[in-house]
Amino acid sequence: MARYITKRALQGLIAIFGALLIVFVAQRLSGDPVALMLPMDASEADFAAMREALGLDKPLLVQFAIFLGNALTGDFGQSYQWNAPAMGLLIDRLPATLELAMAGLFFAVLLAVPLGVFSAVHRGGWVDRSAKIFAMLGQAVPGFWIGLLLILFIAVELQWLPAYGRGTPAHLVLPAIALGWYPVAAMTRTLRSSMLDVLESDYVRMERAIGLPERTIIWRYALRNAAVPLVTMVGVYFANMLGGAFVIEVVFAWPGVGRTVVDAVFARDFPVVQAGVMLSAVVFVVMNLLVDLSYGFIDPRIRRG
Amino acid sequence: MVEALSYLSRFGIKVLHRNKVSSGFPYVASLVLALVVISALFGPWIAPYQATSISLADAMTPPAWLDGGSAAHLLGTDNLGRDILSRIIAGARVSTVVAFYAIVLSGLIGTGLGMAAGYFGGIVDAVISRIIDTQMAVPSIPLAMLFAAVLPPGEAMVIFIIVLSYWTWYARIVRGEVLSLRERDFIALAKVAGVGTPTIFVRHLAPNLLNTLLVLATLQFGSVIVFEAGLSFLGLGIQPPQVSWGGMLSDGRNFIEVAWWLITMPGLAIMAACLASNLLGDWLRDTFDPLRRQVF
Amino acid sequence: MLQVRDLKTYLYLKRGVVKAVDGVSFDLASGETLGLIGESGSGKTMMGLSLLGLPPKPAGRIVAGSIKLDGRELVGLDEEVLSREVRGRQIAMISQDPMTSLNPVFTVGDQVAAPIRAHHLAGERSAIDMAVAELDRVRVPSARERAGDYPHQFSGGMRQRVVAAMAIACRPRLLIADEPTSALDVTIQVQFMDLIEKIQADTGAGILFITHDLGVAASLCHRIAVMYAGRIVEMAGVDRLYSDPQHPYTQGLLDSVPILGRRQKRLKSILGSPPDPLSPPGGCAFHPRCPHAMEVCRQQVPPTVAMSDGGHVACWLKVDSTA
Ligand SMILES: Nc1ncnc2c1ncn2[C@@H]1O[C@H](COP(=O)(O)OP(=O)(O)O)[C@@H](O)[C@H]1O
Ligand code: SF4
Ligand SMILES: [Mg+2]
Repeated sequence: MARYITKRALQGLIAIFGALLIVFVAQRLSGDPVALMLPMDASEADFAAMREALGLDKPLLVQFAIFLGNALTGDFGQSYQWNAPAMGLLIDRLPATLELAMAGLFFAVLLAVPLGVFSAVHRGGWVDRSAKIFAMLGQAVPGFWIGLLLILFIAVELQWLPAYGRGTPAHLVLPAIALGWYPVAAMTRTLRSSMLDVLESDYVRMERAIGLPERTIIWRYALRNAAVPLVTMVGVYFANMLGGAFVIEVVFAWPGVGRTVVDAVFARDFPVVQAGVMLSAVVFVVMNLLVDLSYGFIDPRIRRG
Repeated sequence: MVEALSYLSRFGIKVLHRNKVSSGFPYVASLVLALVVISALFGPWIAPYQATSISLADAMTPPAWLDGGSAAHLLGTDNLGRDILSRIIAGARVSTVVAFYAIVLSGLIGTGLGMAAGYFGGIVDAVISRIIDTQMAVPSIPLAMLFAAVLPPGEAMVIFIIVLSYWTWYARIVRGEVLSLRERDFIALAKVAGVGTPTIFVRHLAPNLLNTLLVLATLQFGSVIVFEAGLSFLGLGIQPPQVSWGGMLSDGRNFIEVAWWLITMPGLAIMAACLASNLLGDWLRDTFDPLRRQVF
Repeated sequence: MLQVRDLKTYLYLKRGVVKAVDGVSFDLASGETLGLIGESGSGKTMMGLSLLGLPPKPAGRIVAGSIKLDGRELVGLDEEVLSREVRGRQIAMISQDPMTSLNPVFTVGDQVAAPIRAHHLAGERSAIDMAVAELDRVRVPSARERAGDYPHQFSGGMRQRVVAAMAIACRPRLLIADEPTSALDVTIQVQFMDLIEKIQADTGAGILFITHDLGVAASLCHRIAVMYAGRIVEMAGVDRLYSDPQHPYTQGLLDSVPILGRRQKRLKSILGSPPDPLSPPGGCAFHPRCPHAMEVCRQQVPPTVAMSDGGHVACWLKVDSTA
């Protein structure tokens, strides 16, 4: 297990290094990185100082080394929009994004677990068939459109819940549904499929043979086995939500990392954009490591091996 | 990470498409896709109006079946009096063109790298696999932000971003397929017979991958449409005055309280196109490869 | 104690109907061990599962017959009643494969305590204590510590003991052991059979011992029922069955394997292959492989003929000689 985790951590580090490389390439791709890093009204002196700081007169490799060195200390430049270090700015916004992602995930799991279990237990029944159609639709409908529809029906027409901003728990509901929408389908089908396998297993037969009530078998003994692939999904989707919440954050005017980065793109505030990309990458890698670790808790076979 | 993700995507796709709703040829789905492609090719001749022609007198006309609606504008008009149906037809062109180039390019790049990784193994495989890892460690939307910030906006940029995010689809799956093909007799025989590597790739490997590639491309079509719509919705993709479904959603969002059809109609178009491509891709896979339906 | 009469369990598959158990009758007394032997696919496992009311869902169903335990009819009982009052409580089963019969993500102690809790024989706390005592009884070393371990931390033989502990935890009247040793090494097999005998001495349970191993059956059972294509073709006490088999299939079986203490001229395997479960031969299902097959064997199912020693056999040869 320790060796496996070390290997995964190393792969993650390589991936983060790769992401840094992509950001660096993107900077140079634009032609003039200095223009990217400074506001349009910057003075000639500012330009010269920045050129010096980025080492633009030096060979490309040295430039990359400078960039890497700065990145390691979390220095991706100064946001001129906010007049603050870009990475620090985003980390301040991270709790809002985390909150949204967790709520989205909570919604997804809350819906997917009973749906998946029911679909498997009453295979071919109406819940199963509806869930199947729902999954088909779910994969084809973008979450941000669901968000717009929710605003239209729930917030505007019915006026049940607020549509924009962050604050009360009520503010969280609609964006969480929009964000959790997509994974519900995949999670339901995954759980259904693994649950079907588990329900046919020898140990479930044994549990029936010793007279355990069907309810106990399904919800206590079978579910924990069937949930193993779900944990991967939850982890990966959580990471994706943190990165992919961008559009949903814009739709609901949610003051998180995503909206800040999108605003930064429009404001040509490149330091914030590159910090945002790196933050997403790091969070993604860390989440995947956590998923790997969490296997050990849910499946004791992996803990020792 | 490649393992975790490829496991997931394999699993996700497998699960979603296991026990399909029906197994007959998806006529409706094909019809919808045909409509999208016809709109893309012949849009200007079919559409009742020019997509960009403004007529403030007709602004905010609701769909024809509602009070105040008019048969002249079946799906209603927007705040500038532009005909929604015509704009949806025009949006189909952008979606299809972007999807076409994106699919061809990501397919070529992904297949090439995947074949190389699977066929040569060793260091080539290790390097390509690490590149895939990296690619997948950066979620596509932030990646899109990065390039949207440095490249001039427009179709070319959108295609570039999509290719960047999607070539791994092909690379991963093609790599897996080639790994197993490599062990088969006819490849071994070709090698013994002294057939050159390029010939093996083109003559022996590629034909065996065609079915897989067609399935992937069909599924990718829907996914790309949603992705492009998201970018354009954010204002980072297709730029006005060019019409796109995502852009229409973004425009309509400002009038959500007064004209529900502005956000509903383009969304339905996205949904129909994506659903159709999923259903057709699904059917193609089952038809080509009924036994291996659960492999990817 | 147990009376099974004309039991039929069919599997309704897409490809057709498998008559896995096709009219089986037998009795089993407390403290008795009845061996059920036959080739793989002859319906032994399905027989055991039927006693628990657990034919595989959704294909399997008990379509006819009666199972009486201490006078109470079990066929047709409600699922919930079966779970609450019969399964694990009065009838329990040790299944075939110890590697897959335990839930991998729960501790062994939890799983052995599960039937005790389900049947309300003890509260949460003492259920664990009782589970430890059961593990001790099946000779799992340092049971208390090991109760907190997970199945993958046990060897195959130890896992089978854990399964046995689960099965006997509520002192069932009838214990079904479905090829409990076939997945184990020979030495572990012998130990496990000792354990079964000990369990029987301790609990007085009747045991239905399912196996395809004639040697194992000989050493453990009082009586033996031979099963072929869903039917019992011969039933007799161990001594008579091995010394003087009446049914051609039993004779073939005994000639095909070396058995300690039995004089055999030479080993011969039974010709032909087991019947296709979807369309077994008509008449006597054994006739395509039987060296004595007659015309009538192809036409009609042979009746069951009682033997003077209390056993019975289903073969047309015996009808002639006793008529
Ligand atoms: N789950 C199942 N699905 C379909 N057929 C089955 C199933 N289980 C058993 N069978 C069939 O039922 C018959 C009896 O099987 P079984 O009772 O397992 O035999 P045994 O235990 O004597 O080897 C066989 O023909 C087998 O093919
Ligand atoms: S009934 Fe006929 S075929 Fe069957 S075992 Fe007896 S002799 Fe053989
Ligand atoms: Mg069996």
